Amino acid sequence: MRIGVVTFPGSNCDDDARRAVRLVSDEDPVYLWHKSHSLEGVDAVILPGGFSYGDYLRGGAIARFSPLMSEVVEFAESGGYVLGICNGFQMLCEAHLLPGALMKNDTLRFVCKHVRIRVEQTDTPFTCAYEEGRILRTPIAHSEGGYVADAETLDRLEADGRVVFRYVDAGGVASEAANPNGSARNIAGITNERGNVMGMMPHPERAMESILGSTDGMGVFESLMRAASPVVTR
Amino acid sequence: MTPVPVNPPPVPLPRPGDPKVTPALVREHGLSDDEYRRVQDILGREPTYTELGVFSAMWSEHCGYKSSRLVLRGLPTDGPHVLQGPGENAGAVDVGDGYAVVFKIESHNHPSAVEPYQGAATGVGGILRDIFTMGARPIAMLDSLRFGSLDKGRNRYLFDGVVRGIGDYGNCVGIPTVAGEVYFDDAYEANPLVNAMCVGIARADSLVRAVASGVGNPVLAVGSRTGRDGIHGATFASEELGDDTQDSRPQVQVGDPFTEKLLLEATLELLERGLVVAIQDMGAAGVTSSASEMAARGGTGIEIDVARVPVRQAAMTPYEILLSESQERMLLVAEPKNEAAVREVLEKWDLEAEVVGRVTDDGQFRVLEGERLVANIPVTGLVNECPVYDHPALESPAVAELRKSDTRTPAAQDDAAPSRRWRDLLAAPSIASKRWVYEQYDTSVGTRTVRGPGGDAAILRLDGTRRALAMTTDCNGRYVYLNPKRGGMIAVCEAARNLACVGARPLAITNCLNFGNPEKPEIYHQFKEAVGGMGDACRALGTPVTGGNVSFYNESPTGAVYPTPVVGMIGVIEDFDHAVTSGFKVEGDAILLLGAVGGELGGSEYLKAVTGEVTGNAPAVDLESHRRLVELMLSLAEKRWLHSAHDCAEGGLAVALAESAIRDPELSLGFSVDLDPATFPESEDAPLPALLFGETQGRIVVSAEPAAVESIAAEAERVGLPCRRLGSVTAKENGLQIAVGTQVVRLGVEEASSAYYDSIPARMERTGRAEDSG
Repeated sequence: MRIGVVTFPGSNCDDDARRAVRLVSDEDPVYLWHKSHSLEGVDAVILPGGFSYGDYLRGGAIARFSPLMSEVVEFAESGGYVLGICNGFQMLCEAHLLPGALMKNDTLRFVCKHVRIRVEQTDTPFTCAYEEGRILRTPIAHSEGGYVADAETLDRLEADGRVVFRYVDAGGVASEAANPNGSARNIAGITNERGNVMGMMPHPERAMESILGSTDGMGVFESLMRAASPVVTR
Repeated sequence: MTPVPVNPPPVPLPRPGDPKVTPALVREHGLSDDEYRRVQDILGREPTYTELGVFSAMWSEHCGYKSSRLVLRGLPTDGPHVLQGPGENAGAVDVGDGYAVVFKIESHNHPSAVEPYQGAATGVGGILRDIFTMGARPIAMLDSLRFGSLDKGRNRYLFDGVVRGIGDYGNCVGIPTVAGEVYFDDAYEANPLVNAMCVGIARADSLVRAVASGVGNPVLAVGSRTGRDGIHGATFASEELGDDTQDSRPQVQVGDPFTEKLLLEATLELLERGLVVAIQDMGAAGVTSSASEMAARGGTGIEIDVARVPVRQAAMTPYEILLSESQERMLLVAEPKNEAAVREVLEKWDLEAEVVGRVTDDGQFRVLEGERLVANIPVTGLVNECPVYDHPALESPAVAELRKSDTRTPAAQDDAAPSRRWRDLLAAPSIASKRWVYEQYDTSVGTRTVRGPGGDAAILRLDGTRRALAMTTDCNGRYVYLNPKRGGMIAVCEAARNLACVGARPLAITNCLNFGNPEKPEIYHQFKEAVGGMGDACRALGTPVTGGNVSFYNESPTGAVYPTPVVGMIGVIEDFDHAVTSGFKVEGDAILLLGAVGGELGGSEYLKAVTGEVTGNAPAVDLESHRRLVELMLSLAEKRWLHSAHDCAEGGLAVALAESAIRDPELSLGFSVDLDPATFPESEDAPLPALLFGETQGRIVVSAEPAAVESIAAEAERVGLPCRRLGSVTAKENGLQIAVGTQVVRLGVEEASSAYYDSIPARMERTGRAEDSG
């Protein structure tokens, strides 16, 4: 099981993602460089958070055109597992691997705090280690995290069970007060139709150790390990 | 040692198109007649226009420290764990496990007064570069901010812009902003203070110094191109702000955090691979200061050809190129054999690099424009012979008078309900929660943040060890104004208390000394006294000063700011499991007070609220008892007897208790406290508000299991400090209650929370982002 983490110029959560991989895997994560044309045979790719290429235009808008992204798109289209976190989610939307877009937060301000998200689907390679309905406490840190799509797309996402995470309050209600950025239907994470690509705004890699305040993000990486391991023997 | 040239250095000829150097032009460059004579002596001739610009920048207060150098000599700078004291890009201390912590604070006040967003952003950028050029990876930012009242639109605009600027820059580079402070007072009207501190970690044995050496080694300019922005920024920082200050906008640079991130990664890669001899940020006074300072440290000369410096605009003159403060640029020295490898690393990170000069052996800072010699100045003269001043210092009689004011009568005659005062103090912007600010900062990137903003100090883990770092910035300018010496001591002591509250041993400080015009005797008095007080406190607490920054001329047409010597302090927690936080945890816990109840109201937030004035004497400060308080806290933290600890600062005991109760909005608790004169005899004759809101120093409120109370008290007795039980943590429904004799002051938890948490958001929503002058 080899997980690759891509470093774009301006990525700043790539090391955090690698640390997270090391916490669940015996194998070191593979360092993938944006200028490369090879995914080096990894079993899964993580697009980390940050401000790729400065994101002066729009989050992920330039990263989409980087040499490695064309490999990532091909990998995803052939069923490879791709996880985009924060800026990575923005890239996946820009690259049309996921529907919709991420708009500036409705507060028009950057927001960083711990939020709660509910696990809506557990039959994905990114959440299979969680029990359904579990409420996770994870940090968010973004200025463009308001998920939008047209009503038809949103309905289809819901109907197909592709809304994986939703912002909720302590009682598990997807309330307006619990929505930190104005995301449509409190959506915090979605998958593609085939279920092998997921984007999420919250940072599970920052919620891996109790000393940092939460271990609730662990399941995302454990799920990926479980799903992407080529052979499972017990 | 500076090599002495055998022949007199060649003389640059006037450059066609450059203005003639006249007495008026000299004055415009901020050089006094004496200073100009010294320039002539050093050169042995008249300077060219370019040379005049170079001297003007390097001998500005900002670069030359000419009014502060003598006074700063009184600060302790040495200690067993100091790896690097003042004089380098940043200071460094050994924190164990082979790690060095590299840290420094710097001001960006004047740029932020004119253009808050870019002013603050570039302040963050500059201090980041000071840290990573030492070979350290930046892991945290802190910000100490001062503004005028939020009732005025202009101040809200400045506050909003500064917070956005800090956030956008740090968030993009990916350095968490983990602590800081914000005060609001009319004294900072039109001249806000924006001080940014950066903390980095490095291997203790691989710190890098910016010392140019190796004659013939190439000098490379790396990063952004040089433009016309920020020309004479250093000089601008060394003047009072006037009515025409808005015209100075072109002197404010524009930041590019993306390029900074690339520079950061490339620099650390270069240094880790040992590919560079020396590297320095082109900060204040741009290529002039980085080139000449690196040469001065190495006792070498340096030659720069401005025609080879990559520029952003056509037809820039040598004068402009030398003095530009365009951001995200570095000057580096490499050995010729490594030049190709250096270029390869920079290319990998898409950074531009050009060889713009070389290290020489003649001790001259020589500037060419292609073939033409445009400046030729002895490095030592330029860097080390800047005149230093010991200005006349005399206390303002008005302030001496203020100190004598009676602070107890207004408190005794205050007919407002104490509970209303309590609520209002929790909502006072200087005290109220700064959540509105820090939620705009990425506080958790880097996965080291054990405790971010909102507590007494931030805690970050030290990778791969059980150790953690703690950090804080502190300064109450009102105290320093009323009593500069005490105020300087208090700034250090408060920082130490804040670290002690989280269980950290204070190690060292960096300081940012924000003052008015030092040529005014009352300002220079403040400066000397405050620095003296800081030095005394640093010696008593064993926390040397490893560097910092002096910012004078913080004056607007309405007057000088409060003297604000901000302390940035670093400490270590030996085991992160010993870390303590400030919020009450468990109903039924005992609440104890370490220190005296006191009741001093001089300079307090309460007195300001009641009288509208800052009067009285600053609270007394006992350095020895602070030293003991730190020892006591460390011992209690290590034994894990404490459930919480919180320093008493602005707003006094009542505010500290309330903050502990409402710290975690999801775990709101109440408390019942009794300041019974039998237990607290010192409370007997003080007016009630003085007991509740007095800002007596050296006090910490802790909570613990009732069973631990005796052991804690015994430990306090061992170090010789008072420790008495105040009361208990209760359920939320009980509310916040303080009894004094027969009087009970009560505040509901919801009411306290809403006063504390909603105050700043409510004020900032009033006008949104609009700039009005209201």
